[in-house]
Amino acid sequence: MLIWENILLAFHGLRANKMRSLLTMLGIIIGIASVIAIMTLGNSLSQSVTDSMSSMGANNITVGLQQKSSSTETTSSGMTFVFGPRMTKMQEEDYVTEEVLSDLKSRYDASIEGYSLSENIGSGKAQKGSKYAYVNAEGVNASNLENLKLTLLAGRLLSQRDQDEARRVVLVSDLVVKNMFDKDVMSAIGQTIDVLFQNRYDTYTIVGVYQYEESSMGFSSASEEDTETMMYLPLQAARDQNHNTSGYSQFTILTAAGVSASDFCSTIETYLNDRYYRDNENFEISAMSMESIVKSMTEMLSTVALVIAAIAGISLLVGGIGVMNIMLVSITERTREIGTRKALGATNGSIRLQFIMEAIVLCLVGGILGILLGIAVATIATSLMGYTVSPSVSGILISVSFSVFIGVFFGYYPANKAAKLHPIEALRYE
Amino acid sequence: MQMGEYKTIIELKGIVKRFYVGMPNELEILHGIDLNVRQGEFVSIVGSSGSGKTTMMNIIGILDRPTEGEYLLDGVDVARAKDRELSLIRNQKIGFVFQTYNLIGRTSALKNVELPMLYAGIGRKERKERARELLQLVGMEDRVTHHPDELSGGQKQRVAIARAMANNPAIILADEPTGALDSKTGRMIMDIFHRLNQEQNKTIVLITHSEELARETERMITLKDGEVIGERSRDRC
Repeated sequence: MLIWENILLAFHGLRANKMRSLLTMLGIIIGIASVIAIMTLGNSLSQSVTDSMSSMGANNITVGLQQKSSSTETTSSGMTFVFGPRMTKMQEEDYVTEEVLSDLKSRYDASIEGYSLSENIGSGKAQKGSKYAYVNAEGVNASNLENLKLTLLAGRLLSQRDQDEARRVVLVSDLVVKNMFDKDVMSAIGQTIDVLFQNRYDTYTIVGVYQYEESSMGFSSASEEDTETMMYLPLQAARDQNHNTSGYSQFTILTAAGVSASDFCSTIETYLNDRYYRDNENFEISAMSMESIVKSMTEMLSTVALVIAAIAGISLLVGGIGVMNIMLVSITERTREIGTRKALGATNGSIRLQFIMEAIVLCLVGGILGILLGIAVATIATSLMGYTVSPSVSGILISVSFSVFIGVFFGYYPANKAAKLHPIEALRYE
Repeated sequence: MQMGEYKTIIELKGIVKRFYVGMPNELEILHGIDLNVRQGEFVSIVGSSGSGKTTMMNIIGILDRPTEGEYLLDGVDVARAKDRELSLIRNQKIGFVFQTYNLIGRTSALKNVELPMLYAGIGRKERKERARELLQLVGMEDRVTHHPDELSGGQKQRVAIARAMANNPAIILADEPTGALDSKTGRMIMDIFHRLNQEQNKTIVLITHSEELARETERMITLKDGEVIGERSRDRC
């Protein structure tokens, strides 16, 4: 009951000294607002990163070759040196072969739905008369193409026959059509284009047009004409063109539904390394799931946000000291009141409670105003950056409890000082 | 202790008060005071400044402890009570009326009267009801929501008297209650004390430097240089 009365009393005091209260709270408001803004911003950022990365396939496992991390050499004098990665060019026998893929598939048939394979040819300039568009040509297999989830605007996707016969047919983006054919997307179907790679021309037939979607991550500064878009062709066609007969330096496993990609990841890595790369001097298999990448990325972002928020939290400390200062002033001003209260029967405890409650209310009101301000700032900032806002609930809870803590911590000393005043001296105070 | 009316409320035995004890500037203000006040008595303690009457009031009001001596307040030995117990005794047994009113600013007259009841742990509704009754008793029923700074000196002192009565204390301790008031208002305040004394049989201890006011009371105790130098009784009318 006394607590409730004290809360009312504290609000009363707040209202009576509006300007002073506001200025005192300002430190808390700014501190909490910046913590909330930063945490919300960090949250929104990692949320949108997670979303866009998940859309790229959270249940995919990317398997690649990487240089063995170190090799040890012992000198004649017996000293051992550990060397970092040595840059060695990949040899024919280092590549992952078709046989390895089918072995893996037969061994983990239940977990592997398919392989997403690709062969990148590189960037090139597609030309038709005086018109041109920039493309990045990549050979893809059927699973890969399916996984890309392209929106087809005209024509067809690559067929099994295209794949089997390694036809020189391509899927281009609507941006390419826009730049090179001015007419609608239908007109591009069946047309041939010449693509200039580093030093040679290749000719392809357009069989389909997909809708270009701007990457949700990052910003493209290039104008529409100069934007490079992906051009997809059958995997074998690209391999032929690259004169690649050896195998793959990288491939993606599409895991079956219900398989934990991050767990399966290490299973494959261990299996492949033990079976095929144990004796390989320079290379080993490294498998990564999108899930684990997303996880580590999110973790990193939250850590960064937390560190910045902690720095912002220092301003809370300054705010807390401001609260302590004003409480000390207030207690000096109200010495007679304290004396009177003691004469009327207030115990030291109830005086202490009164002033602690006052400090808590001051901090809590400041904290709530700070949260509102922080969310407002974060909302404006995130919408400017084009992300969806996801307010950090934990941040809000932490802020509220932290402001109460500041109230108790910085209110205790002044309140205790007030409680220990001798009633006579307090009453006599002028 | 025959009838209730003659029960001793305040019993001071050999009260000595020294300041700066053990230091070279040690100062003895009260040199062994004996005083008994019966229930329902209206007693005044007079003395010029420096006579020790304020120190005396602080000890009677248990705002301060005597250095030596015994003090029984309504049968309770308060000289040996702990701080917390003293707070409770002040709250329950003593009603203070100060020269400078000492009302809490920023709150209404009603809230001021409620305050001792708040510390006594009385419920909100009961508090409010009793506070209204008390304000009515001192003729302040139409100033219930006014803040102290909207009240005149006499009105403030009446609120203070209502507040002193809040927990129905054993004694009302009034320290120069008319000191800051003009004579007409002072008269009104004194009339309220007389009324409380006669109608409610309240024990009142009035501390004043004015012999004129002191003569109105049943018993006048004169203090000089920390000693009781005279006591004059008047028959109750």
